[in-house]
Amino acid sequence: MDARSLSIDGLPVPFDDGQTIMDASLAAGIFIPHLCHHPQFTPQGSCKLCTVRANGRYVSACTMPASEGMEVESNTPELNDKRRTMLQMLFVEGNHFCPSCEKSGDCLLQALAYELEMLGPHFPQFYPDRPVDASHPDVLLDFNRCILCELCVRASRDVDGKSVFALSGRGIGKHLIVNAESGRLADTDFSLADKAAHVCPVGVIIAKRRGFAVPIGQRRFDGEPISRRVDWLARRRADDEEEQ
Amino acid sequence: MSNSEPSVRPATRRCLATTSLAGCFGCHMALLDIDERLFELIERVDIDRSPLTDIKRCGRCDIGLVEGGICNAENVHVLREFRRQCKLLVAVGACAINGGLPAQRNHLDLGQCLQEVYLTGPGIVHGQVPDDPELPLPLDKVHPVHEVVRVDYFIPGCPPSGDALWKFITDLLDGRTPRLGHPLLHFD
Ligand code: SF4
Ligand code: SF4
Ligand code: FES
Repeated sequence: MDARSLSIDGLPVPFDDGQTIMDASLAAGIFIPHLCHHPQFTPQGSCKLCTVRANGRYVSACTMPASEGMEVESNTPELNDKRRTMLQMLFVEGNHFCPSCEKSGDCLLQALAYELEMLGPHFPQFYPDRPVDASHPDVLLDFNRCILCELCVRASRDVDGKSVFALSGRGIGKHLIVNAESGRLADTDFSLADKAAHVCPVGVIIAKRRGFAVPIGQRRFDGEPISRRVDWLARRRADDEEEQ
Repeated sequence: MSNSEPSVRPATRRCLATTSLAGCFGCHMALLDIDERLFELIERVDIDRSPLTDIKRCGRCDIGLVEGGICNAENVHVLREFRRQCKLLVAVGACAINGGLPAQRNHLDLGQCLQEVYLTGPGIVHGQVPDDPELPLPLDKVHPVHEVVRVDYFIPGCPPSGDALWKFITDLLDGRTPRLGHPLLHFD
């Protein structure tokens, strides 16, 4: 059978049956911004950062199956404007004080903000009150930075078989909860060896006592912008998140 | 006046003002980090109100750099003066842009904060919440600059590097749209 292909911003990109636009783009080394997608997990299409136009229609690249001859637009000023706006909404909904965040420099949300030249929040800040959970001996949960991508939910349920995390509530009231009567991480069987301990794209699930072992300025996206780390994004596995 | 000699007019001088509101002066220190480029800067701009000149009121200016968020009534007045007087208002640094460190008090009750700091905290004897009428009243919440006035540009960073500030200022002075690409654009 002939190799099948679609085009992304005019470039021909091959794909296999069953692949999404995101799968094909990652395999071809073409960067499409994304946050809730992770190559090891079933895509759920919730963050919408990967929105592209496929044959003129807005679709999520991470959930849309690739099809022969499909014409995909991704890196356009219009789409990047929309993506920047989505980022700004994510930033103001939580408390993202990057200078004190241990994830700074390794954070996908921040790296995308750099990539899309998000200079300010544009919207008024929500400043929600979200107390941290420091109960677990090895892991800190800082809910202030949660973007509700459900990667920890998927990892804990599908890989670790523990279902430690879930989302609760609706709309703007939606939030991450911990599956224990007390609501505290210490009262679950969560461990630092879990996949779920290493998938958070932002600075919520933080290993204690590691902090600033790699200094600010020498972290993954300090050296190179995220659009040049497609190889890393494509081969990422939940257990090697720490790898540079 | 004779036209025979080419005029040696210096490139148009611009006027710059800077202020630190609810910030730590780190952004101003970063401005000093442009080092010897300060000489070039003062060739090209007059510095109006600024902690560098100690001028207390802002005249008409081309560029106003605002460090820090808004945590008290005086911050609001100074910010409004800057907005009135400056053609371009620039929010500089994390605190001006999203409230930064001072805004970490936003989920706490202000009255309780004052109580704890001045009355009930460890080691306090005969404490008193300061109430001198000279002191500006704190706001209930700390706000970023863009929630109070219109902001034309943002320079993120805690603080932005001297290089980022220099790139931004020279872009503006040279008539380019200011742009901070990798690696000058950072939030930490
Ligand atoms: S999670 Fe990312 S964007 Fe949020 S504060 Fe941490 S580094 Fe910044
Ligand atoms: S904690 Fe992290 S991985 Fe889990 S939903 Fe929030 S942002 Fe996603
Ligand atoms: S990456 Fe596709 S919707 Fe989040």
